[in-house]
Amino acid sequence: MTQRRIRVLVAKPGLDGHDRGAKVIAQAFRDAGFEVIYTGLRQTPESIVATAEQEDVDCIAMSMLSGSHLTLMPKVTRLLKEKEMDDILVIGGGVIPGEDIPLLKEAGIAEIFTPGTPTSTCVEYVKNNVTEKA
Amino acid sequence: MELYEKILQGNVRAASRLIRNIEDDFPQAKESIAKIYPYTGNAHVIGLTGSPGAGKSTLTDGLIAAFRKEGKTVGVLAVDPSSPFTGGAILGDRVRMQRHAEDPEVFIRSLATRGALGGLSRAVGDSIHILDSMGKDIIIIETVGTGQQEVEIMNYADTVILVLVPGMGDAVQTLKAGIMEIADIFVINKADRDGAEMLKSEINILLDMALAADCDWRPPITRVGSKEDKRQFVKGIQEIALQIMQHNEYYSGNYKALKKRQRRKALFEIQAALQGIVMQFLMKRLAAENSLEDMIDQVISRKSDPHSAAREAVLKYLGQTLI
Repeated sequence: MTQRRIRVLVAKPGLDGHDRGAKVIAQAFRDAGFEVIYTGLRQTPESIVATAEQEDVDCIAMSMLSGSHLTLMPKVTRLLKEKEMDDILVIGGGVIPGEDIPLLKEAGIAEIFTPGTPTSTCVEYVKNNVTEKA
Repeated sequence: MELYEKILQGNVRAASRLIRNIEDDFPQAKESIAKIYPYTGNAHVIGLTGSPGAGKSTLTDGLIAAFRKEGKTVGVLAVDPSSPFTGGAILGDRVRMQRHAEDPEVFIRSLATRGALGGLSRAVGDSIHILDSMGKDIIIIETVGTGQQEVEIMNYADTVILVLVPGMGDAVQTLKAGIMEIADIFVINKADRDGAEMLKSEINILLDMALAADCDWRPPITRVGSKEDKRQFVKGIQEIALQIMQHNEYYSGNYKALKKRQRRKALFEIQAALQGIVMQFLMKRLAAENSLEDMIDQVISRKSDPHSAAREAVLKYLGQTLI
């Protein structure tokens, strides 16, 4: 069986302009051999899902520092479900208070990586949890 | 419903999956291409090439908007380089085009080069067929940032646009063989910078000398200012869109030139397919019989040389003597 090369969309929903975290994780994914689609700042959930569809990604990694993660991240998973694209692994990172994490997981965000997490942890997580597309 | 049937109906996810199957070299993918191929040949394929940072993505974004305004549907294939060490890639061309992400008539797909050297990905030919069979009127291919000789785009595009910026070298650079020869349209981007007029006259000198005998299309040279000056920028883009259509009309009305281009494109794709099939077949056989390692050892120890080793393998597995 031919092996898939993992494709990840690194997205920044919301209005904050700080993309350093997103760029660091994009670089780490690249160095792990992933193909990273990087879309820049201020993406809407709709544009993230449309991009994921056009790019056929295995994983969407969202970085948020604006505080609107409880609104925007669940909206992405909801839209994915509506379009029957919920085989895509969704993860999040950024400044996210501990008490919000269970709520996000309940909404279908598989894992949240808070500041200080080694990038290798995120890489391993993605490798172990993406579903191989037929 | 089969994948290819969904693609013919314009299904985005089916199309992006087949592109991925081609990239990942899934054997069944080629069969799907065979199914859609009869429905291709209708799109106008535009290639945008030029050095890194010349503004290809920004111009692509502008061209998408211009064609959408005319009611045309658009497919974009944006190529960025893969790491030679890890195979990973950052595909960042979409950053400049994200305002079109939600337009259902625009399909943007990023491709990594995956070791291909001509400024494109090996999947680009089949990806064009996929977008074409979906019914896209216009397909824009953005190459990686190119140097002097990544000219492979000429084998895929109907119209090649070379994006240049002022201040990248003296007149000798424009005289050199390679990328300067393949342009159907020249764009001088960031033309508000010093040196734009000089660059334009250098290109004109080149064109005065170099026009091919069987082709009386003289590549126009368009200056596009910085996008900070939105009105000037849009004006430049509209001019390019018009020139693309003029170039298309020129070919439609010139049977000899059109046939020549069609034959060149088809030949190139056949050659690439032959190369892929023969190479894959031989590598598989060599690996199965462990002879690849022997070949490598013999070449390193100078008992054989690469050419003789290759010739022996061809003789053994294909049963043919080559030159």
